[in-house]
Amino acid sequence: MSDISKDDLIDFIYAEARMLDEGHYDDWLKLWIPDGHYWMPLDYKQDDPLFVTSLMYEDMFMLKLRVERLNGARTFSQKPKSRCHHVIQRPFVDKLDNKEGHYVTNTSMHYVETRLDEQFLLALTATHELKRIKGSLRIANKRVDLLNSDAAFGNIQLLP
Amino acid sequence: MLETRLTLKAEDIDSMVQGYQVHRDVYTSNEVYQLEMRHLFANTWVFVGHESQTPKQGDYFTTQIGNQPVIQVRHTDNGVKVLHNRCPHKGTKIALDREGNTGKFFRCPYHAWSFKTDGCLLAIPLKNGYEGTGLDKNENSKGMKAVGAVKNYRGFIFARLAKEGIDFEEFFLDSLSSIDNMVDRSPAGKLEVAGPPLRYMHKCNWKMLVENQTDTCHPMVAHESSAGTAKKIWKKLGSPKPQPPAMQIIAPFMSPYAFFEDMGIRTWPNGHGHTGVNHSIHSDYSAIPGYFEAMSKAYGESRAKSILDENRHNTIYFPSIMVKGPIQQLRNFIPLSPDKTLVESYIYRLIDAPDELLARTAMYNRMINAPTSIVGHDDLEMYERAQEGLMSDGIEWVNLQRLYPGKEEDFSKEAVENGTTERQMRNQFDAWRRFMTTTMPQSTVSAIEAAE
Repeated sequence: MSDISKDDLIDFIYAEARMLDEGHYDDWLKLWIPDGHYWMPLDYKQDDPLFVTSLMYEDMFMLKLRVERLNGARTFSQKPKSRCHHVIQRPFVDKLDNKEGHYVTNTSMHYVETRLDEQFLLALTATHELKRIKGSLRIANKRVDLLNSDAAFGNIQLLP
Repeated sequence: MLETRLTLKAEDIDSMVQGYQVHRDVYTSNEVYQLEMRHLFANTWVFVGHESQTPKQGDYFTTQIGNQPVIQVRHTDNGVKVLHNRCPHKGTKIALDREGNTGKFFRCPYHAWSFKTDGCLLAIPLKNGYEGTGLDKNENSKGMKAVGAVKNYRGFIFARLAKEGIDFEEFFLDSLSSIDNMVDRSPAGKLEVAGPPLRYMHKCNWKMLVENQTDTCHPMVAHESSAGTAKKIWKKLGSPKPQPPAMQIIAPFMSPYAFFEDMGIRTWPNGHGHTGVNHSIHSDYSAIPGYFEAMSKAYGESRAKSILDENRHNTIYFPSIMVKGPIQQLRNFIPLSPDKTLVESYIYRLIDAPDELLARTAMYNRMINAPTSIVGHDDLEMYERAQEGLMSDGIEWVNLQRLYPGKEEDFSKEAVENGTTERQMRNQFDAWRRFMTTTMPQSTVSAIEAAE
């Protein structure tokens, strides 16, 4: 089985951001391993996803629900639909272990979401824990730290 | 003083509430909002925080009562004080961070006036500059102003801004039973705040949020997109058991009308009330290994059973909080302007109960109350559309007529009714009208008549 290179990891992160921006959610869900979690902490440097509140800590069922809802006939908060845009900095590769098939990247991003006349910007750091499954990279866990996670927000409807 | 020149009189406020309908001005008018802050939020008992947010002497946290910046602080006598967050000198906020420890005294960062943690003035630098100036005769020399009254009820801190007014017990009456039940669910009879609250900004009037807490005819409609979709996905997966957490938490929103009708709504005087008299979407939440055993040990089996059999859904403590006893959650609706409301959603740990309970409470909070929550998205969309729609001059009145008895209602007694009634919303407006107008001037005409 061929080794994953640093470029492979970086390309993966870029491709994921593009899927989210273009709304290819079915492809995006396929990037995940079944017991993965998308975590967005509420507190700066929060280390516990379970016993304090997070903005998100979602398993595959919840993520599937989230993206299917976006296209629902009676999803009124998506009439009209939101759009989003990630501008990402070249990811740091914090772990590259081809023996275990285990990888960690750290990526700074600016995320813009818009709907009707409203648009907002979030600065964030995404930490991806990736695994090599049958030769391909998969997301084992993704942690999204908003720079202003403790601020009061209106709706954040898509996925930073 | 420009800000004080409000033209509405008590009779104008009275005329906005007419039994089964309210005038849209109650949601849209800036003057009504100003009057709410000055009268309603001053005359009633408003939630501040939980004592566990300030456990040690000198611990404080900053928040708002309506539009008033305040500090909750643990004084040197271990009591919890609530002070206006304003230096008596030039108005600078004494504390700016959300929480911290100030030691034995507060010190203003601008000119170093310092105050004990009950607000009393401790020292002013170069004080001889005030000799003979008469400063000591002004209220500015007395220190940081405390709110009118403070009550610590089983750990929950409430304040009344006005010095004179209704007593705490007289205001809340038997509605306190919902807080009792939430606290009693701890084998130790004690709660502790778990982390910071979610903070969710809503571009709508605060009363829409409060009303929605007992609106049992919206879940199956507004939340079809989230709860209905959850059910569909689960079925498509072959209805796996145990159900995924999202199914347990979100899917019950799709319960049929009959479920909500049978659930029941109880109203108490002064605007308080709750859904879930007979059962609720939280009815099946307590079966966690070891929990009942711990409760039985603490209370005896029959008392433990009666505590856990109470499954109230949402309890409104008028004017501005909602409590969910079975999942130890409190939502604080903080009005920032007529069309802007900050919602802070807190969760609490049941001392001596299994951690799984707290895990579900935290999960409920992020699934339902977060700015990233799909259920939250459903609700906020409705509130903000309503705020915009109310600007229409087509119809000026908002209808609250569901299960209205057809004649004037008596809100001075507790009542239990069909779970889909809008009586609790009418109950809130009855209290709203009364606590708004008790300290408002009557119209000029009647004031003159009264003087004669």
